Amino acid sequence: MSAPLLAVLSAAVDRSRSALGSLDRPTARRLDGEQIGLHLLTAAAVFLLVLPVLIAAIVSTKRTGIVTTVGDLLPGGYAQTNYRRALITLGFWRFMLNSLLMSVVIVVGKLLISLLAALVIVYYRFPYKNAVFMFVLFTLLLPVPVRFVPLYRLVTDLGLGNTFFAITVPYLASATTVFILRQHFLSIPASLVETAKLDDVGPLRFLVSVLIPMSRGVLVGVSVIMFVYAWNQYLWPLVIVNSESLQVAQVGLSLLRGQASTGEVAWSMVMTGSILTLIPPLALLVLFRRPLLETFTIQQK
Amino acid sequence: MTDVSLQDVWKRYDDGVLAVEDLSLRVEDGEFLVVVGPSGCGKSTTLRLIAGLETVSEGTIRMGDRDVTDVEPKDRNVAMVFQNYALYPHMSARRNITFGMRSAGSFSDEEVTQRVEDAADLLDIADLLDRKPAALSGGERQRVALGRAIVRDPDVFLLDEPLSNLDAKLRIRMRSELAKLHDRLRTTTVYVTHDQTEAMTLGDRVVVMNDGEIQQIDPPQRLYDYPENRFVAEFVGDPAMNTFPVRVEERAQPATDGAGRYVATHAGVDLPLPDAGGLAAAAGDEALLGIRPEDLHLPPDPDVGSFTAAVTVTEPLGDSLLLECRIGEDEFRAAVSPRSTIEPGDTVELAPDPARLHLFDAGSGEALYHSAEGARDAEPSGIPDPDRLA
Repeated sequence: MSAPLLAVLSAAVDRSRSALGSLDRPTARRLDGEQIGLHLLTAAAVFLLVLPVLIAAIVSTKRTGIVTTVGDLLPGGYAQTNYRRALITLGFWRFMLNSLLMSVVIVVGKLLISLLAALVIVYYRFPYKNAVFMFVLFTLLLPVPVRFVPLYRLVTDLGLGNTFFAITVPYLASATTVFILRQHFLSIPASLVETAKLDDVGPLRFLVSVLIPMSRGVLVGVSVIMFVYAWNQYLWPLVIVNSESLQVAQVGLSLLRGQASTGEVAWSMVMTGSILTLIPPLALLVLFRRPLLETFTIQQK
Repeated sequence: MTDVSLQDVWKRYDDGVLAVEDLSLRVEDGEFLVVVGPSGCGKSTTLRLIAGLETVSEGTIRMGDRDVTDVEPKDRNVAMVFQNYALYPHMSARRNITFGMRSAGSFSDEEVTQRVEDAADLLDIADLLDRKPAALSGGERQRVALGRAIVRDPDVFLLDEPLSNLDAKLRIRMRSELAKLHDRLRTTTVYVTHDQTEAMTLGDRVVVMNDGEIQQIDPPQRLYDYPENRFVAEFVGDPAMNTFPVRVEERAQPATDGAGRYVATHAGVDLPLPDAGGLAAAAGDEALLGIRPEDLHLPPDPDVGSFTAAVTVTEPLGDSLLLECRIGEDEFRAAVSPRSTIEPGDTVELAPDPARLHLFDAGSGEALYHSAEGARDAEPSGIPDPDRLA
């Protein structure tokens, strides 16, 4: 489930809500042709974007999920069976639990490390500070797919292959979060920092009592983004995790493919797994969409 | 309670900007010192140097008998009030006031509560203490910021343009509240502002700064009556002092009207200059004559030393009538009685109060002569007092 998709959905929800609201008020603008055209266009775009997910949801309710004609896209009656089979019989609940734990640990770790890094970069003076910040940004050029070969070597050499450590620690640093937090800290008036300095309020106390409470919206937004990012990780868990008991949902999906008795791909099961995997991040993005939008906005003070 | 002294302080920023140049200043114990000047003159930098938020490039700063030049801000026992109040938006007023108190000093819980209550009563914010800054008006926020400074019982209060963000009426009210507060607490205070009215009304002494240098330090009235250079003369006082280029000449014949040996000539007008120090040295040279608008009167009959001018604009202020006048190429202002019936386009006869004339060096702007210094020692002049006329 991607953030842009959710942003479009969210905007559509907000727009329709305000349009509906304006119909109640006598002084509302009448819905003219241009507005209707815009709404139709947005609805069409939303429909196109959501279509694959809709199809997945429908297929997950069918027996085998083979779709050859449009008529096959009617909802089937196997929803209960499929979901129960995926979750319990095939142990998909375990994958989802692992994904959840992994994502939570990664989010907490990223927040801690990035808060401290942003604090230092914004409020301290030290040699080569700009070079250090550039270096941190430079790591944005090295996402997991770029570095997973040497990372694999390192982790297995340390004997930490196939551990919870291995699927969480490599993700704990986040240049994006550091950057976002840095921009936010820079928007906090210098006089607040100076008042604290005059009062002998140490940096950690300042971080906990002032910076974090003042960054609540941004922190929630960043947490949601990071959670979705961690939840969606496929390549690294695939490579480093061998045992099913530790595997995450994204990789576990592929295990659902071979569950058809006839040797064909059990698409309905795969779709079931996909929908299951989609639900937690979707829920978070919908619940926290306002702080999320605040994080995306460039703040000018 | 301490005195603060800065000796030969220079502040040069990394990008080469010279903010403060060879500044020496002493704030007496319990004094309310105002530092005033235009934007960029170095007054805020000076305040921040005293606070320790900036480090000096050269020079020393002492508080009492301590050399604090290299001491951290938290160890200097100063409290600062910022122009934008610097209140933490997510904390209540009470918490804003007490945050940092336990770090700054060793106050027990009861002491803290007591101090907060005392400060709240003093500033009349007792029922606002549980509100967040967003729920407070500008004046209330200002008082919370003051409360935060007071409860720490510092040696020095530092106020950086605290009234600039308030509307005009509130500013006037807060000015008198600050004055009363200072009377009560008598803490050494350094107050920075760009508003010369605030400077005049609040300061025990006023420091006028320009371009990183101190121009003059004096009590307000002295600053007004005896400005040491052209900058101070034109900065202090509203409306500003008029200046004319003149030539100081010695009279050909001895004076017959008892008005002194020298005159200032300009554009055909001769203004007698009462005797006082500096005239002999200025004789024969170009200089700048300074007269304040309120020291130009409408004389009852044409006088020696009066001149004619054309009125271009009249500005009724209520307590006076401001005339913008013109002689030849020079424009200047005169403040006359509010109920005079003068219209733009009229010609008026104006006479300066001879006890209120100033001369400044045409090049450096240094003050050469204040006629009041002579008048102080001399007999009262023969010019009638316009306010006593029927």
